[in-house]
Amino acid sequence: MMRRPQIALLPDGRRLHLQDGPIDLVIEACGDRAEVEIAYAAAAESFTGLLDRLCGELPELRRRAAARLPSLKGVVARRMHAAVAPFADTHFITPMAAVAGAVAEEVLGAMTRAATLARAYVNNGGDIALHLSLGEKFIVGLVAHVEPPTLAGKTVIDADSVVRGVATSGRHGRSFSLGIADAVTVLARTASQADAAATMIANAVDLPDHSGIVRVPACEIQPDNDLGERLVTRDVAPLTCDEVTMALEAGAVYARELLARGLIEGAALCLQGEMQIVAPSHLRAFDMSHSRAILAPTGNLIDA
Amino acid sequence: MMNEGSPIAAVATDGDKIRCDACPVMCYIKPGASGACDRYANDAGTLVRVDPHVVLQRTVSQGGAVVPFQKSGEWDGKLVSGRDVMVTAIGAGTTYPDYKPAPFIVSSEIDGVDMVTVVTEGIFSYCGVKVKIDTDRFLGPETATVRAEGEAIGHVTTGEYGSQMLSLGGVHHLTGGSKKEGRVTCDALMDLCNGKAVELTIDGGASVVVQAGQPPIVNGVPEVRMRVGCGSATIGMFAKQWQGKVDEVVVVDDHITGVLSEHQAGKLLDIPETGIKMKGRRSTPGRYFQVAEPGTGWGGTQISDPLTVLGPFNPKVAKPGTRMLMVSTTGEHSAYFELDESLQPVEKPLPDTLQQSVERIQENCEPALCTVLFMGGAGGSLRAGVTDNPVRLTRSVKDSLTSVTSGGAPVYVWPGGGITFMVDVTQMPVGAFGYVPTPALVAPIEFTLRLSDYAALGGHMDYVRPLSSLTSDTEVRNAPVVLKKDKPQ
Repeated sequence: MMRRPQIALLPDGRRLHLQDGPIDLVIEACGDRAEVEIAYAAAAESFTGLLDRLCGELPELRRRAAARLPSLKGVVARRMHAAVAPFADTHFITPMAAVAGAVAEEVLGAMTRAATLARAYVNNGGDIALHLSLGEKFIVGLVAHVEPPTLAGKTVIDADSVVRGVATSGRHGRSFSLGIADAVTVLARTASQADAAATMIANAVDLPDHSGIVRVPACEIQPDNDLGERLVTRDVAPLTCDEVTMALEAGAVYARELLARGLIEGAALCLQGEMQIVAPSHLRAFDMSHSRAILAPTGNLIDA
Repeated sequence: MMNEGSPIAAVATDGDKIRCDACPVMCYIKPGASGACDRYANDAGTLVRVDPHVVLQRTVSQGGAVVPFQKSGEWDGKLVSGRDVMVTAIGAGTTYPDYKPAPFIVSSEIDGVDMVTVVTEGIFSYCGVKVKIDTDRFLGPETATVRAEGEAIGHVTTGEYGSQMLSLGGVHHLTGGSKKEGRVTCDALMDLCNGKAVELTIDGGASVVVQAGQPPIVNGVPEVRMRVGCGSATIGMFAKQWQGKVDEVVVVDDHITGVLSEHQAGKLLDIPETGIKMKGRRSTPGRYFQVAEPGTGWGGTQISDPLTVLGPFNPKVAKPGTRMLMVSTTGEHSAYFELDESLQPVEKPLPDTLQQSVERIQENCEPALCTVLFMGGAGGSLRAGVTDNPVRLTRSVKDSLTSVTSGGAPVYVWPGGGITFMVDVTQMPVGAFGYVPTPALVAPIEFTLRLSDYAALGGHMDYVRPLSSLTSDTEVRNAPVVLKKDKPQ
């Protein structure tokens, strides 16, 4: 018998919660009621067995990615690789950097193939895949502090935009970061691209050799972590204003490079209460006024 | 009680690392660290469930509640609110180990008394269900293994009046056997508790579909009636109605078969001897044990031809033309015979007057149902989520100062140590139960007491929230039973 994921409706009766092993998805589809039900059934079906298939290729997914085509077979595994490949020539990155976004995309894809929806999102711990039909929009909130989550700003993604993925990375989440950013939120064409880029930009927000930053080899914390011996950030002492600016600017430089290469559509970098925005001039600016919003499980806020 | 450390059966160790097998990621986890999911951790060499519902807790922190469901998603609870709102633990989330305050500690003003309800979802690996199946049919010998999907999940226990009891689950099947046994047991318990039908097979016995509040289906046949009494009791109840309409009545019963002419009730009515000769062992006059083997035929025996329980009539006493009714304890089976010249019973159509008496037996039998009681114990760590001093909560419950409910339903708390309770799952909201892959069941449990009593027993006063802080976004459902808070159950 196939292992069953946990499948639950959240109390509003609208959102679906799927969980299996380390994957937590919060899903909402909007549209005709019958279509939404079909979409949720499709989401549950596509999610069942997904983790097992990923784990079947886990050793390769944990290895440093090469730019060339991998021997990976699974649809999600190949999507993960495709998302990290643009970084692979110059940086250490494994397909695992895009796992959350790739899973979100897969489940959203199953929903939109099965049903006609006005809009939908699959939020995988802050890495979000979006679906928007003509005239629809999402308002995405930004969180500067994860514990407790506070809303620092928001941005509107409408159907005309190419953005269909939002991801947040930083040193507070479940996965490790090589950098010191509290949170880096990235808007990209797909959730897996956003996931990979957020990981890389968060790594770039850094102050190398700063004595107030505690770093530990990843394998000392998680023996089988894909980062191996690489030093991951465990603690960051209070930094001076200049240090915060310097670290954010290091990340922003890299984010602008990714923007120029077309890998991202925008990014917001947060460190110790300061935020820096990287966005093309045509993208609607991040609105820093507070808004009423519904908390998604980790990182991001979505006003639905 | 709560699982103390909840070891998972098959955990490979590698030096000081352990390998978690809760999901296919199979993380190696170092002592004091958690796996990729942040849910399982290595506590001094033992795999423990750290924080089963991170997401749920955050949802709850927004004033939400969460109810697990299985695909079909029976989530149709109505939104109601009123003065006597009972906050249930369903979806309250839980923390393990439970030394953190319980997810909800709610105060509400009821009848001028500031009441506190501490709600949490307990993880119960020491838990099971007691199933009562209203049937006379033979389900299996006492202590026989009960299986779901071929895995042992419990056993047949005592037969009660008109019912067969099963004891399912318990820590032995949940965590003491193979991984599959634990998972299948957990699934079966959760389905039974959530009111779903579960097919069980009993070694050396029947297959039975059990669903709380529904008739049992034994070997594919839905049970209709629960007998009004044993064969002997049925004779006693209906003897007067048979007088003058029939010469002999045999109520066939696997337990005690009754014979009218020999029974005390027949003697009192001066019903003459008929020369009938019963098989089986005579207990007292007109009462026979073991007239046939147990089975799913007449009156819980294996027979389909009632005459097989009779020997030849005594020619010195029996008279041709003697009229005899044979009926099962539920009236489901009946047949009418008359003795021919050679004193052989010959089946004839049932006369209308006797048909009425058979219908009367049927009428007096209540609908046969399956009853499912969840039974679990609130362990020390769960109690610690309620108070700094767990034993005081136990004493407070024993002293009836604190009322215990499960999903808002009344519970029976066992006397003796700990807080071990039973609850009728049909009284609880749909989908009240969840599970964690330990495997163990997640069940709601609430403790309601006066705010002053709560303070006195070392309650987490800093975490008390007014009821009004929950109502705006919380799903509130009609409690199946209105609880009188000043009279703890």
